[in-house]
Amino acid sequence: MATDVHRPVTPKTADPALGSPAHPAPVHPAPTPASAPHIHTPATTPAAAPHAVHVEGLTRSFDGRPVIDDLRLDVRPGEFVALLGRSGCGKSTLLRILAGLDRDIEGTVLVPRRKAVAFQAPRLMPWKRVWRNVLLGLPGKPERALAERALKEVGLDHRSGAWPKTLSGGEAQRASLARALVREPDLLLLDEPFGALDALTRIKAQRLVGELWQRRGCAVLLVTHDVEEAVLLADRVLVMDEGVIAYETRIDLERPRDITDPRFAEVRARLLERLGVDTAAEAA
Amino acid sequence: MSISHAPPDSSPPDITDTSAFAEDDSDAASSRGGAAGSPAASVPAPDVALDLEPIRPSSSRRTRVPRWLRRTSGPLLLLLLWQILSATGALTPDVLASPGRIARVAGDLIADGSLPSAMGTSLRRVAAGLVLGAVVGTGLALLSGLFRVGEDLVDASVQMLRTVPFVGLIPLFIIWFGIGEAPKVAIITLGVSFPLYLNVYAGIRGVDSQLIEAGESLGLSRWGLVRHVVLPGALPGAMTGLRYSLGIAWLALVFAEQINADAGIGFLMVQARDFLRTDVIVVCLIVYAFLGLLADFIVRSLERLLLQWRPTFTGR
Repeated sequence: MATDVHRPVTPKTADPALGSPAHPAPVHPAPTPASAPHIHTPATTPAAAPHAVHVEGLTRSFDGRPVIDDLRLDVRPGEFVALLGRSGCGKSTLLRILAGLDRDIEGTVLVPRRKAVAFQAPRLMPWKRVWRNVLLGLPGKPERALAERALKEVGLDHRSGAWPKTLSGGEAQRASLARALVREPDLLLLDEPFGALDALTRIKAQRLVGELWQRRGCAVLLVTHDVEEAVLLADRVLVMDEGVIAYETRIDLERPRDITDPRFAEVRARLLERLGVDTAAEAA
Repeated sequence: MSISHAPPDSSPPDITDTSAFAEDDSDAASSRGGAAGSPAASVPAPDVALDLEPIRPSSSRRTRVPRWLRRTSGPLLLLLLWQILSATGALTPDVLASPGRIARVAGDLIADGSLPSAMGTSLRRVAAGLVLGAVVGTGLALLSGLFRVGEDLVDASVQMLRTVPFVGLIPLFIIWFGIGEAPKVAIITLGVSFPLYLNVYAGIRGVDSQLIEAGESLGLSRWGLVRHVVLPGALPGAMTGLRYSLGIAWLALVFAEQINADAGIGFLMVQARDFLRTDVIVVCLIVYAFLGLLADFIVRSLERLLLQWRPTFTGR
């Protein structure tokens, strides 16, 4: 994978006063000056261990209240990482930062140039037919066949010419996934992509994401509040709390994973406990 | 609320209330009387027949008279009443000419070519005003909708000018542009620009920020965002603005043509007024209405073409 080309998400505010002393992250320099916006590779990035995501000393505040506070995160190329957390813990903010949509940040954030996002709502442009939505934003003049190949991968090639508003919720979400995949991302960011789907559609969509990840081999960061979903899909599950990664665990269960497996239940219970949910009631 | 569901310990006033209700309702009293009589019976008797009412399919409720006939019968009755009043002499021709006479006059006006040429003149004025107004209105809206600087410069001025009734500017326009075609087109332009500006501007600003964010995440440039997200998103608003504008364009035309016109429908009307020809006036009004309908039809077709991505609500 071509994850060697990293692009830092440049902080908007280049205030060196805030950078070094307040946060114990001496390994990285103060926020990148605007003069070097593109190929800024801090000397501290270990060249030997490749990362699909490298985040260090990341802080993001809303009205002076830090939502992400000196966060550190590394994702290996091809790794499937799930990010769990209570609502409002900053997990979606972290994803938006990685997507480059939120740049009011301090700290070092390195992400691959080729990344794609699928949001909780499909966010298809209603005035473009599905295939045009899939191709939107691609450089040059891509052929419709390219879109149809991506749509076929998510099983939606028969709706290629449809208007987005005529799709069902599951179909729209798959179209959104195709739009992300057609970019051949090295990092796929999924922001609760199954949250708005009904239970049956969700199971199918989860399975689809698992298959696509295994076929594509891209790194995936899945933000979710569904513990089961995280354990089902991820190599590594992170729990975010108080603006940092408070807990992380590797899931070594062989795939495809079985929900009824006692080891699955054990991991799930442990994570729920971490999230502050009473597992005794859950086990009953 | 059925009485049988009343809890056994319900307060006495409730029971008297409900029993009074049961006495009033002769139908219900017979079936529920037992339960009401013994409020202590907490479990509803299983054999109490419920009042079931059929849900009728909507098709059976339709009357046999077709909709279009029902819709047209009202205006036709009105027309008939008008004709009767005119025929009996209750409505004299110098107040309002009879429908029959109006139809004859319309035929004459078309035959001698005065009506078609007047329509042509008026249509040209509206078209010129509409095009100019559309360019000005949308241009300013794009400027203030897409650029922060544009908003600061343009929006406040337009919002201020908007409060001036544009018809009130006619005297000023006559001083500026004389009494030829220019003031007439100018007044229509002015009337058309404001609703277009307001709706296009609101349309641009109302584009779903989530979609803009999605566009950004797909790597669209600023121009790409405008072209693929903002402008298509503002289109429904723009179409609404266009509709308002057309309505105002006709209104402005009527005002503009009443002053110093030597051609056009308004001129025909002014002339008819001087000769107390109510028949000609009514013909002109009908022509205005007809042109307005035509314009509306054009916008509707345009909407169907440009907004075909919208799921249409057809109404019932």
